[in-house]
Amino acid sequence: MEFFRIRRDIPFMRHALVFNVVSLITFLTAVFFLFSRGLHLSVEFTGGTLLEVTYAQPADVGLVRDTVAKLGFADVQVQNFGTARDVLIRLPVQKNVSSAQQSNQVMAALKVVDASASMRRTEFVGPQVGDELAADGLKALAFVVVGIMIYLAVRFEWKFAVAAIIANLHDVIIILGFFAFFQWEFSLPVLAAVLAVLGYSVNESVVIFDRIRENFRRYRKMTTVEIINNAITSTISRTIITHGSTQMMVLSMLLFGGATLHYFALALTIGILFGIYSSVFVAAAIAMWLGIQREDLVKGAVVKKEADPNDPNAGATV
Amino acid sequence: MNRYPVWKYAIIVFALVVGVLYALPNFFGESPAVQVSAGKTAVKVDADTLTQVEAALKSAGIQADQVVLDGASIKARFNDTDTQLKAKDAIQKALVPDVSNPSYVVALNLVSRSPTWLTAMHAAPMYLGLDLRGGVHFMLQVDMQAALTKRAESLSGDVRTSLREKNIRHSGISREGQTIEVKFHDAATRAQAQAVFQDQFSDLQTVETADGAEFKLTASIKPDAARRIQEQALKQNITTLHNRINELGVAEPVIQQQGLDRIVVQLPGVQDTAKAKDILGRTATLEVRMVDESAEARSAETGAGMVPFGSERYLERSGQPVIVKKQVILTGENLTDAQPGFDGQTQEPTVNLNLDAKGTRIFRDVTRENVGKRMAILLFEKGKGEVVTAPVIRTEIGGGRVQISGRMTTVEANDTALLLRAGSLAAPMEIIEETTIGPSLGAENIAKGFHSVTWGFVTVAIFMCIYYMLFGVFSSIALAFNLLLLVAILSMLQATLTLPGMAAMALVLGMAIDSNVLINERIREELRNGASPQAAIHTGYDRAWATIFDSNITTLIAGLALLAFGSGPVRGFAVVHCLGIMTSMFSGVFFSRGVVNFWYGRKNRLKTVSIGTIWRPDSGAATKAE
Repeated sequence: MEFFRIRRDIPFMRHALVFNVVSLITFLTAVFFLFSRGLHLSVEFTGGTLLEVTYAQPADVGLVRDTVAKLGFADVQVQNFGTARDVLIRLPVQKNVSSAQQSNQVMAALKVVDASASMRRTEFVGPQVGDELAADGLKALAFVVVGIMIYLAVRFEWKFAVAAIIANLHDVIIILGFFAFFQWEFSLPVLAAVLAVLGYSVNESVVIFDRIRENFRRYRKMTTVEIINNAITSTISRTIITHGSTQMMVLSMLLFGGATLHYFALALTIGILFGIYSSVFVAAAIAMWLGIQREDLVKGAVVKKEADPNDPNAGATV
Repeated sequence: MNRYPVWKYAIIVFALVVGVLYALPNFFGESPAVQVSAGKTAVKVDADTLTQVEAALKSAGIQADQVVLDGASIKARFNDTDTQLKAKDAIQKALVPDVSNPSYVVALNLVSRSPTWLTAMHAAPMYLGLDLRGGVHFMLQVDMQAALTKRAESLSGDVRTSLREKNIRHSGISREGQTIEVKFHDAATRAQAQAVFQDQFSDLQTVETADGAEFKLTASIKPDAARRIQEQALKQNITTLHNRINELGVAEPVIQQQGLDRIVVQLPGVQDTAKAKDILGRTATLEVRMVDESAEARSAETGAGMVPFGSERYLERSGQPVIVKKQVILTGENLTDAQPGFDGQTQEPTVNLNLDAKGTRIFRDVTRENVGKRMAILLFEKGKGEVVTAPVIRTEIGGGRVQISGRMTTVEANDTALLLRAGSLAAPMEIIEETTIGPSLGAENIAKGFHSVTWGFVTVAIFMCIYYMLFGVFSSIALAFNLLLLVAILSMLQATLTLPGMAAMALVLGMAIDSNVLINERIREELRNGASPQAAIHTGYDRAWATIFDSNITTLIAGLALLAFGSGPVRGFAVVHCLGIMTSMFSGVFFSRGVVNFWYGRKNRLKTVSIGTIWRPDSGAATKAE
């Protein structure tokens, strides 16, 4: 079986400008929603108490909300979680009431209304922890960005590093934009997914860059644009198949992972889709705008090739 | 060209054997078990306890599947939960005759059903996190400022006593936050006091200031001393928590320091958070009282007479009753430290107590009046008292340093010091994070994670086999090997597996297939360009390797960032993610090449390879390269 029967190199770079404008618009829209709507942060970040309660029969969310509101807690959120029988109750941090009292009070009140209510999970996070988690998340993001840039700058060249990071940060912002637009809950696992996507879609760009470097060595007469087009064309089948395989795994998580893994898998899905787009259309184009050329990559490597025949980066010997 | 030397196959076989062995315990499932561990620091679980447990089971006529001494606990495995409950009662009766004063924790647990030879190799199933097995998680923040203030308070009392002893006149000692201010009338006295500070208070640093007509000496706790005080406070709090949690009868509690001022407590299987929190927050008290040595008390001690009026009967740890007066001389508040040590002259093990200024004064007076009599140190928890030690007073004790010695082993001295210190919390704690997960949710989460991984794996494997034919089969085998290695390493490291960890497992498999897709596409490309099958395999693997390495490193950087900065669920994700990337490089490249070499490498005149359709743009028609 062969899905991709491409006769000649597809001129991806001819439309580079269009693609970059499209990503810029998507990016700006995402930023706009991120600021206008903000992320719907989970209890882990905001602090507060979360209760997951299960009932023997489909739960009446309105009744649950009324019951909890009667206890005098402000800003109570109640929603279904996973199935109709499970209810998720969120309480913000309350003054003068400890977390234990809070969850016990709520459970007691719910049991009075419906004896079949049983506690499945409670979570309490103090306000100081939430701020720290947000700070740690940003630190992790900075670490990933700097780490990947340094690695790519050493292994390839700074222009590639910049291109890869811009392309992939744009993925991250777009994922966040989706979460802001739909007001999906942004929790710690989602943060993990976002950073994993960053690493994953950079690896996508790396595959293309690797091919660009190889082509520079192999096809001495091609122009930079032709080389990029050839690199993308010859890796496109791999790109689609790999992403397809990863997406199958993520889909399986989305289908079987239940409510806990739902948003995690969703973040990955968006990340994977935009990861393909950004590495194919954005990263290479930015590298092109930045003016990558043969001399940047080939000079050092030629010397190395003669010195070490086993070097895995050595050019083709066809 | 596509042949592996023997040593490479040897590595593959070795990895395969080790992988299978260590992943194996995960497939045996778990059996109900009873776990016996020490309920007190002074109690040791050893071979003797093992025989006791075995005897108890035998006398109750219960057939245990297996009884082993595993580290500091004994695990008895049973076939069903009924036997487990019966056995728990039997063991409880034999080991803990006095329920109000348990020396052992007898708890229900689940133990891997894997055979003894696997357990002997330290092959254990993966360690499941709370979200998979249910239980309670607390994160407590220790108020370090309070610990330092408490210390400064007790030091200021000590300073007062020392200055008085040296006859140095001051015009006032006050504590401002964590600093101690001493005022003097003239500079000469201040210099004398300065000498005392240098001599006796190595933990304090002093600054001389002049305030109008007054001469001031401001003492603050040195940074390294402050760090030590904080470390001790944290350690003491952890010890105290240990002692308290033992009463809950939790099979495998986790009590760990996190960062500089935090303690994480995880109690698998515990559902009653209210009770757990109650126990964690409880304060124990220490009391010093005199032993009643009247004739009536003597006879009461042997059980012959009534306990005299104004006295109470308590048990020593050895079980020996002691009649103690009701009047309290000192409480734990006056005890600043307790450390094990050795007597300078007799080389006997001792317990050295440090008292604060008020305690010192009272202690000196009491000991002066009661030389030759016995004094008891009692520990009260949950309103139940126990005599920790009841030494005879040899001489008057001043200076606030008390040495308890006589008939103690080094271990006992250590334990007593620990008990005295652990009696109370060194600094107040606050719960800043709390999670409770019901047991049914845990089981559901395991099922969800398991299904995600299984179905994802099956779909990817089927796709690979259809798309790349035999090479797809090789890739799927490599992917399965990757999963095996990952499970084996997680079991070996006993890293905590959480639901995000299982998600990472699924994700990493999805990413790992990338290596094989890269390789297979590359081989197809070489074939398309007219390379011979053997050469295509060779160059395909070689060329793809650089790309695979680069792309995995970038993914690994992201994984390491998550590991370094993540906490809780993120860390659980990151551990599996990072390990998975590393195993995928081994399995996806080294192992899969081994399989391919094994299959194709021997064939010298290889005409075709089964890697699916190779489509050539020039011919315009697809040729099957089979």
